[in-house]
Amino acid sequence: MSTALLHTGSQERKALISKKKLLPYWLLAPGIVWLIIFFLVPIYQLISTSTQTQGNGIGTYVQTYRFANFIDAITSSKGQLFRSFEYAFLATTFALIISYPLAYAVAFKSGRWKNTLLVLVVAPFFCSFLLRTVAWEQILGEQGLVIKTLRVLHIIGAQGHLTATPFAVVAGLTYNFLPFMTLPLYASLERIDIRMMEASGDLYANAIATFRKVTLPLSLPGVVAGTLLTFIPAAGDYINAELLGNPGTKMIGNVIEARYLEIVDYPGAAALSLILMVSILILVMAYVKRSGTEELV
Amino acid sequence: MTIELSRRDLIKAAGGLGAASLFGLGPEAIARAASNAQAVRFANWSLYLDYDNKSKSYPTLVDFTKKTGIPVKYMEVVDDNDTFTAKVTPQLRLKKDIGYDIVVLTEWMAARWINGKYVAKIDDTKIPNKKNVLPSLLNRPLDPGRHYSLPWAGIIAGFAWNNQKHPKGIHTMEQLFAPANKGKIEVLSEMRDTIGLIMLWHGVDISKPFSQNKFMNAIDYMQKMIHDGFIRQVKGQSYQEDLISGDAVAVIGWSGDINQLNAQNSNRFGFAIPESGGTFSTDNMMIPSLSPNKVNAEAVINYYYDPVVAARVANYIHYICPVAGAQQAMEKINPTQVSNKLIFPDDAMWKNLKVFRELTQAEQISFSTAFQKASGNA
Repeated sequence: MSTALLHTGSQERKALISKKKLLPYWLLAPGIVWLIIFFLVPIYQLISTSTQTQGNGIGTYVQTYRFANFIDAITSSKGQLFRSFEYAFLATTFALIISYPLAYAVAFKSGRWKNTLLVLVVAPFFCSFLLRTVAWEQILGEQGLVIKTLRVLHIIGAQGHLTATPFAVVAGLTYNFLPFMTLPLYASLERIDIRMMEASGDLYANAIATFRKVTLPLSLPGVVAGTLLTFIPAAGDYINAELLGNPGTKMIGNVIEARYLEIVDYPGAAALSLILMVSILILVMAYVKRSGTEELV
Repeated sequence: MTIELSRRDLIKAAGGLGAASLFGLGPEAIARAASNAQAVRFANWSLYLDYDNKSKSYPTLVDFTKKTGIPVKYMEVVDDNDTFTAKVTPQLRLKKDIGYDIVVLTEWMAARWINGKYVAKIDDTKIPNKKNVLPSLLNRPLDPGRHYSLPWAGIIAGFAWNNQKHPKGIHTMEQLFAPANKGKIEVLSEMRDTIGLIMLWHGVDISKPFSQNKFMNAIDYMQKMIHDGFIRQVKGQSYQEDLISGDAVAVIGWSGDINQLNAQNSNRFGFAIPESGGTFSTDNMMIPSLSPNKVNAEAVINYYYDPVVAARVANYIHYICPVAGAQQAMEKINPTQVSNKLIFPDDAMWKNLKVFRELTQAEQISFSTAFQKASGNA
């Protein structure tokens, strides 16, 4: 074999080496092509549209480099923009509060049920996002058990309702993005060496101190990953606000949709999309800088 | 060596399949595509054509294909004038086939398509049944003489309610926004209907020129009702589900919807044209300008102006039938519907219905922005 290689011409060997050098690029190529077609080109289109102005006829726009579009977009829709971040923050917090004990239980206390529980966490993904949200309309609606129970307990009056409220929107967001929080939390908790906790106990730390000093710090990468994976899509979501909210709970996604499809204001919609992207980017960068990413994955 | 090759082939084949599925084509669809080349692709709103639950087919269309040999691919893909138009606009602009040979859109949007030259001129010699179209619907501002569009059905917007909560019904705006309904009222996301009804209640004739102030007054009223918690949501046809579930008890809705709901829910709901007047509009069939299948599409359009066929459709969809002679034909199909004024309005009713006037481009933009803003969307 080696003699055979020795006898091959130097030209061929060179070709072989350069082929090897090119290999990483070939492997990267599909990803790069994909990103160019489905990320760079649309982003360019978006940026270019965002500075256009109304042309002749509804839905036609001409490039005039009008950067004031961004100021207009912010002034007219700052309410919905702030609300998006507010709801996304609330949903992320609730998801964290619900997910942590859940992930902890699955990682440490579930025994032979571990796989079953994990499948159950992922199970909602087998059903469409839209359908799950429509189901929430019915769970919280007039014919649902929740409102009937609350009425019997006199927590909600006969006139009160749960759907078409901020509560319903935040509840929907929390539910829909829960698996995105639970799975990274589970992954980082599951990796913790249980002997560390035992050692903590040996050093006379009680359960609370062990959790505070050992478990929680070691699971932080999961918390960071989970909060990011929940917050980012929740801030841009519009399905929950559309189906479970009222006109006073609309989020930035609803505004972008209405600007694009109803008012046919493409520049306004593009400017708002960019504003949303950039503000999420800034928030995420600040967050990541504070919490660190060394052990994110 | 052979293994290597076959594996490569396998990948190739998988890639091809992947590409096909990427463009939404299953193997069946690919096989069908060839044989279906001449099928008329008909885009319409949901529940807008007679449908037989048992055979899972549209009886009048089945009969059409039997009679003419022309297959029709019927698709319930239009759920909103704006969103449907926004989806196909790029192809329309590029002068490409949008994938439909007949589209059905509401009057004001149909006018936009006609003005944009997105639709083909309909050949009158291919539509002998055009003589059956109600004269009042033939000459409309969107298309005088109807050379580019023909009416599919007439729509009335008015008040609808839950009979249990409102045994006497709702006939005025005051009754709609009664304190008892607070938080359980829904209005249509179709601007011309919701704002049109409020303007009529304000005493404005929406079919004649009116000032921007008059429009904005109505917007202010709607905004106040939203702000004070009376209006629960501003939405399209999905208000029907909320009526059924009880989440909404009083709405601004469309006549045919309520007729259809009642057929399935033992007459639980009522519908009335407001005393101050209702809004009327039509949904219109048009042939996109680059339809490769225009002649067959015209055959379909002509077929639906046969009075008997029109009566069969009206008996199912319960919207205003645009065809003269259909009322007589209904006697044989379903005698109980002959006197249904929501399908065959009488003169008194026509007088109480107004059509929203055409808007200029500047008005369209500023009005719809104001409407979306009031709905929380801008």
